[in-house]
Amino acid sequence: MTPLLELINVDARYGPFRALFDVSLSIQPGAVMALLGPNGSGKTTLARVASGLVRPSAGTVRFDGTDFSGSETYEFARTGIFHAVEGRSIFATLSVDENLELALGRGRSRTEVSEAKDVAYALFPRLAERRNQIAGTLSGGEQRMLSLARVLAEQPRLLIADELSLGLAPIIVDSVYETLAHIRDAGTTLLIVEQHVGHALAIADEAVVLAKGSVKYAGAAEGAAAYSTI
Amino acid sequence: MEKFLSALIEGMSFGGVYALVAVGLVLAYKTSGVFNIAFGAQAFVSGAIYYQLHNRSEWPIIPAFLLAVVVAAPLVGAALDRMLFRHLRTAPPLSRLVVALGLLVAIPEVVGLFFKVTQATQYKGIVPGGEIVYRPLSGVAITRDDLSIILSAALVAIGLTILFRYTSLGLRMRAVVESPRLTELNGIRSDIVGTTAWMLSSFVAGLAGVLLPTVFQQVSVINYTTLLTAAIAAAVLASLTSIPIAFAGGIGLGILQQFVSRYLPTGNVFASNVKPSLPFIVLFVVLLFKRSLSYEQGLKDPLAGVDPPPPVPASAVRSRELTIGTRIFGFVVGTWWFYSVLFLWNDIWLDRTIRILIYAIIFCSIVVITGMAGQISFAQATFAGMGAFFSAQIATKQGVSVIAAIFIASAVAAVVGALIGLIALRRRGIFLALATYAFALFFDNTMVRYDWVGGGIFAIESQRPVVGPVDFARPVPGSTTRDTAFLVLVLVVLTLVGIAIIWMRNGTTGRFLDALRGSETAAASIGINATKARIIAFAVSAFIAGLGGGLLASYKIQFSSLDYKAELGLFWVVIVVTLGPRTVEGAIQAAAGFVLFQEWVLPTAIPWLYNHALPFADITAISIGWQQIFFGLGAVTYAKHPEGILESNKTASLTRVQGLIDRFKSRRDSEIETASV
Amino acid sequence: MRDPLLKVTSITKTFSGITALDDVTLDVSPGEVVGLVGPNGAGKTTLFNCLLGQLKPDRGTVMFAGHDLTRVAPHLRARLGIGRTFQRMELFSGMTPWEHFLVAGRARRGDGRLWKDLLGMGRPSKEERASASDVLELLGLTADARRPIEALSLGRGRLVELGRALMIEPKLLLLDEPSSGLDHAETAELAEVLRNVNVERSTAILLVEHDVPMVRSLVSRVFVLDFGTLIASGTTESVFANNAVQRAYLGTNV
Repeated sequence: MTPLLELINVDARYGPFRALFDVSLSIQPGAVMALLGPNGSGKTTLARVASGLVRPSAGTVRFDGTDFSGSETYEFARTGIFHAVEGRSIFATLSVDENLELALGRGRSRTEVSEAKDVAYALFPRLAERRNQIAGTLSGGEQRMLSLARVLAEQPRLLIADELSLGLAPIIVDSVYETLAHIRDAGTTLLIVEQHVGHALAIADEAVVLAKGSVKYAGAAEGAAAYSTI
Repeated sequence: MEKFLSALIEGMSFGGVYALVAVGLVLAYKTSGVFNIAFGAQAFVSGAIYYQLHNRSEWPIIPAFLLAVVVAAPLVGAALDRMLFRHLRTAPPLSRLVVALGLLVAIPEVVGLFFKVTQATQYKGIVPGGEIVYRPLSGVAITRDDLSIILSAALVAIGLTILFRYTSLGLRMRAVVESPRLTELNGIRSDIVGTTAWMLSSFVAGLAGVLLPTVFQQVSVINYTTLLTAAIAAAVLASLTSIPIAFAGGIGLGILQQFVSRYLPTGNVFASNVKPSLPFIVLFVVLLFKRSLSYEQGLKDPLAGVDPPPPVPASAVRSRELTIGTRIFGFVVGTWWFYSVLFLWNDIWLDRTIRILIYAIIFCSIVVITGMAGQISFAQATFAGMGAFFSAQIATKQGVSVIAAIFIASAVAAVVGALIGLIALRRRGIFLALATYAFALFFDNTMVRYDWVGGGIFAIESQRPVVGPVDFARPVPGSTTRDTAFLVLVLVVLTLVGIAIIWMRNGTTGRFLDALRGSETAAASIGINATKARIIAFAVSAFIAGLGGGLLASYKIQFSSLDYKAELGLFWVVIVVTLGPRTVEGAIQAAAGFVLFQEWVLPTAIPWLYNHALPFADITAISIGWQQIFFGLGAVTYAKHPEGILESNKTASLTRVQGLIDRFKSRRDSEIETASV
Repeated sequence: MRDPLLKVTSITKTFSGITALDDVTLDVSPGEVVGLVGPNGAGKTTLFNCLLGQLKPDRGTVMFAGHDLTRVAPHLRARLGIGRTFQRMELFSGMTPWEHFLVAGRARRGDGRLWKDLLGMGRPSKEERASASDVLELLGLTADARRPIEALSLGRGRLVELGRALMIEPKLLLLDEPSSGLDHAETAELAEVLRNVNVERSTAILLVEHDVPMVRSLVSRVFVLDFGTLIASGTTESVFANNAVQRAYLGTNV
């Protein structure tokens, strides 16, 4: 079976700083992969390479068998990769409704967009209440809900979720992970980048542990716990 | 009633002009995050092209319009986006304002290289028979040109409102301003959206450019930039976001201006001064009382980290080696220069040296406000002018010694500076800069006309100082004495100012300002009073500018308000920002550039080099406009090199030398190692 | 029972009809480490902003070391002895940790005077340097003292923030999610440093934090906010064992 996402011997750098050294990994369609490691180990860079935000300085990125190594970010997005970035992954100056409109608007007719928005609102009634509120004024948890709502409405083929639990209360982290389980059940492949290992490993089938820009462990999720410093 | 109606109608046609530009400004800010003060200059490009084609080359209206507005203007916008603003998305709003300021200075001169501005009169607009007058009611008259302006402004405002409210393109443009990369993650090509936005706003600028000259009957860049103030007032009223409010604000301002001029008594100095300066007053009042301007709009792009970090505005990291190196170099060059001026060179060079030193003092004020406080002030020429006018007034009318008068006048400038700092307190960044601009234009257009400031219709003169036995009088022509006493005087003042600035930077004031520039919230958390620190910066800066301005007046004796015009102040900011806004040394470089470029480099040095390099070449002089082009385009680099081009090159070459030394050392070490093995 | 250092009494704050804080009362004694937890949107940040003067409460008072803070400007609260760190790091870009500490030390002693600068008397004094070195040492930042702040890791950056707050010699430190974004090693290091600060300088700490193990290991008492109201307070163990707290905040992850 062709892996959905495949990174082969990828190097990445920011100017003179090298962030990834010869990293390879592959995710099968429908799988859930946890990407773990301490701060500065290159997790976020790897996620950015996988969504086209950072172009690898060497190596190959393949999505569903097609080479994407030199492609632009929007081309990654159009093949069905969505990257919920670390921190704020919604537009703070736009309203909740406009955020959804922007996310779901491409390639849909007007009625299709409003149908897709209705799906999102039905799943998260709290967002429907705030549909005209400026998204920057939502609480941290609600902002995560907004970025996941669009994922549920759109069902991309791959979701890259970078540090979704950051700054959230434990109970809200629980509900974020419940939502991720829904997204997985709907058929989306997941790449979950996490600092806090417990939650990620509970949902993941496979795990990759990075340290200083190199892969330290790759394999079944159960085996990763020993490698990450819990 | 008739008077009322005709004032209303006439006000609306002026207001249409303001409204069109205001809507354009809001559009540009909304879709690019740039407060485009070069908007008027962009409009001028299309106005000039249209005049050249239609009036001079007698093209028919439609092809001339298409080329000037539909083709040329969007091309300019696309070029600005691709070459400049796209790379500045993560730069702070103030840096982008400086870049736009550089364009404002450079673009008209670039146009001037191809287009003779002086005879561009009798402008014929884009509506055939524009001078036809309609009289919808008795006593009310409106020309077809005026009507076309109002209609165009309304159409543009309606069209853009629809664009932003109902189309996905408008939504995408706003998204790209916040974060181009986040937009790309949604599958949208941010580069195309960004360029489209610039083309659209440039198109509106171009449209304004061909419509406005009918009001003035000529194509002149001054008209475009003066108009800009009123438009800025309307745009600020709209918080730079609402197109309908910008439109209404522009129309309202035009009407207000007509009412003021019709209903205020004539013959009164105040009334006759109020009308031209109404836009500045309105802008100032709006900036003062509009609460929503308190917070900087610029939100941080969550994905800014993907790019290399943007340079900190005018930060103060400088290596020790570079400081020592430049000090030695500066000392050697300075000694050689003064030796030459005193013993080898003629009086022209003495005069230039004195003016360089005086301008260096004035430019030190920009080092304080921009280099240390990280703010942009457009009123430095005005503060210098206050030093000049008030010292001349005090010295001639009260008989106070000139040196004392200059100090008193500078203190007045400092108080005014502090007041501007105080009232514009919560208006950060670009709005603070705009407040200084409004004040500068207000001073130029209103205050200078008063007897007790600019002398009214009487020319005003300053004097040379006499301190104890030393008379700094200007040498009588033909005598053997030279102006060296004044040279020593300004050298002493510059040295004192320079030392004061260096001590301030290393002391509490400088450190507090550094901290405030880094993070205002964090500065408050350790007990730094932002208000006080900023007001001190403004006051010290205005004082220094006043000092330099007073000295310049005293040196020239006969001076005029042209020496201190607000536009000149803009150019000063541009030149200092290009050549080194952080250090006293940078101010001296900028002053040398300011004086020598115009008087020596362009007319003498470049032709000489050119004629000697190419055997058959014979050029006599280079257009003075190149100074504006050169430094205007220099300021465009501010966002990348907030420390100034010269400084960044110095640092770069030092790093290179350091690298060579390191490599040499390591090679030697490894040789030793291999030898020992 | 000692007099509390910080006493917040019945603070209420509403934003356009929505109640962010409803009659919240809490206190911190000198030298005590107290936790403040609650789900996102519970009003922790609003409470912080009320304590620091960024927001004005509609009702209620804040007393600190015998002063009524209601009408005290934010920067003056720092001089009274309230130091803070930020959830999203706020450092002075372009400056080194050493410069951070010096400027904070100077700020503590009130506004510097312009005339002193102009007479060349504005350079850092021996005592200022000594206290900055002390804090560098306490936080283990001596090796990084002269590096630009941009070159430091997130964990080190948080320590610089903490050190800058310590330089104003605070009686109370308000820490807003200091472990946010840190990995396990960095969080452990931070907790250790905080314990040292509390012991060596007897600085009281009010800690907002989602990392429950960290909160447990540091604090003696906890206040829990939910929807703007205080739902529990008391010793750490009793509060975390409370059913309401488990439902509103901890969830399954106990």
